[in-house]
Amino acid sequence: MNLLIRKFYYGDIPDTNAGGEVKNESSQIPPSGGGGAAWPLWEIFIRSKQGLDHKHVGSLHAADAQMAIENARDVYTRRMEGVSIWVVESKYITASNPEEAGELYEPAVDKVYRHPTFYQLPDEVNYM
Amino acid sequence: METTFKNQNSEVPPLEGFRQAYLLHLADTTLILSHRNSEWCGHGPVLEQDIALTNISLDLLGQARLFYQYAAELINNSKKAEGKVSPLGGDLEGADEDKLAYLRTEREYKNLLLVEQPNGDWGQTILRQYLYSQFQQLVFQQLQNHKDEQIAAIATKSLKETNYHVRWSSEWVIRLGDGTDESKQRMLYAIDELWRYTGEMFIPADYESVAQVDFNTVQQQWIAKVKTVFEEAGLPVPEKIFMQTGGKNGMHTEHIGYILSDLQYMQRAYPNSQW
Repeated sequence: MNLLIRKFYYGDIPDTNAGGEVKNESSQIPPSGGGGAAWPLWEIFIRSKQGLDHKHVGSLHAADAQMAIENARDVYTRRMEGVSIWVVESKYITASNPEEAGELYEPAVDKVYRHPTFYQLPDEVNYM
Repeated sequence: METTFKNQNSEVPPLEGFRQAYLLHLADTTLILSHRNSEWCGHGPVLEQDIALTNISLDLLGQARLFYQYAAELINNSKKAEGKVSPLGGDLEGADEDKLAYLRTEREYKNLLLVEQPNGDWGQTILRQYLYSQFQQLVFQQLQNHKDEQIAAIATKSLKETNYHVRWSSEWVIRLGDGTDESKQRMLYAIDELWRYTGEMFIPADYESVAQVDFNTVQQQWIAKVKTVFEEAGLPVPEKIFMQTGGKNGMHTEHIGYILSDLQYMQRAYPNSQW
């Protein structure tokens, strides 16, 4: 079966697809329903509460960082999900290659002793 | 006294009182703009902006509801005080937000002409939003100090939304004005289409005396803000041109009829239907 859709992983996105420089002037305004392919993709991180970490919530298209923040506000915080937003252009995220998952992660599978669960704790230690 | 309102074309009651009329003006303006923006739902140029505009539409609808609810309360109170039976009569006894929105005719709608103008392209929609939001922001800043606490409270609540609308729409005006030749042409066309409806905002209708808003100051502030944004966008601010007026007193462009026939169809065809 032919794969018509190719899934790109972060860090694996060709420049043409990741937006960046728009080469063709006329394509800057995407036609209706064009999906904004001319705009770069941004990864959105939202902090739901003061004191918590920013968490990755998804991605969206925007022409620049400012617009990405505003789009994120409209798309991801409509239901009071957040108090702070980070955005970063997807192409700046380097991701590990899923095909290398074997060599990267599997060696850890049989090394349970790396969890610090084999120590006898004295009773006086309450919080570990 | 406070009654200059005549509604020749309908059986719905003349709405006594400038305050009611002003509340209806605010409600109608936000409702009609909300409706116009909602027409973009599912048709936005990109998903993110589709959602952005729909959010703004919902903000405006929320504001309209608050104004309609308060107007209805005042209308019902004044009816009681005068010991009159509601001229809404029969099943329609008592005003409420739905009746005020769904059962008034175009001549009774007091919205600004600007907000009933067609969406056109994205540029026109953006510009319409910006010109209005900038005005709304300045007026609501003053309404925050209104002696009617309810009006002040609604203004304060709405202002947070409006500030964002100004920010969002002004950035778009700059983006398009300062964008490609094509986007600039479209913005110039939008200015041409819409500017003539902006003059009306600063000419107070008789009932706007209750607004306690200094419209001269608002006008100066508005033009200064618009100039700054247009300058950054590389767009010209039109010199004195003929301004259309009348919306505040129920004299509208042809578009309002089409809007209301969409908006009111269900209530007119199936009175009191609920879903």
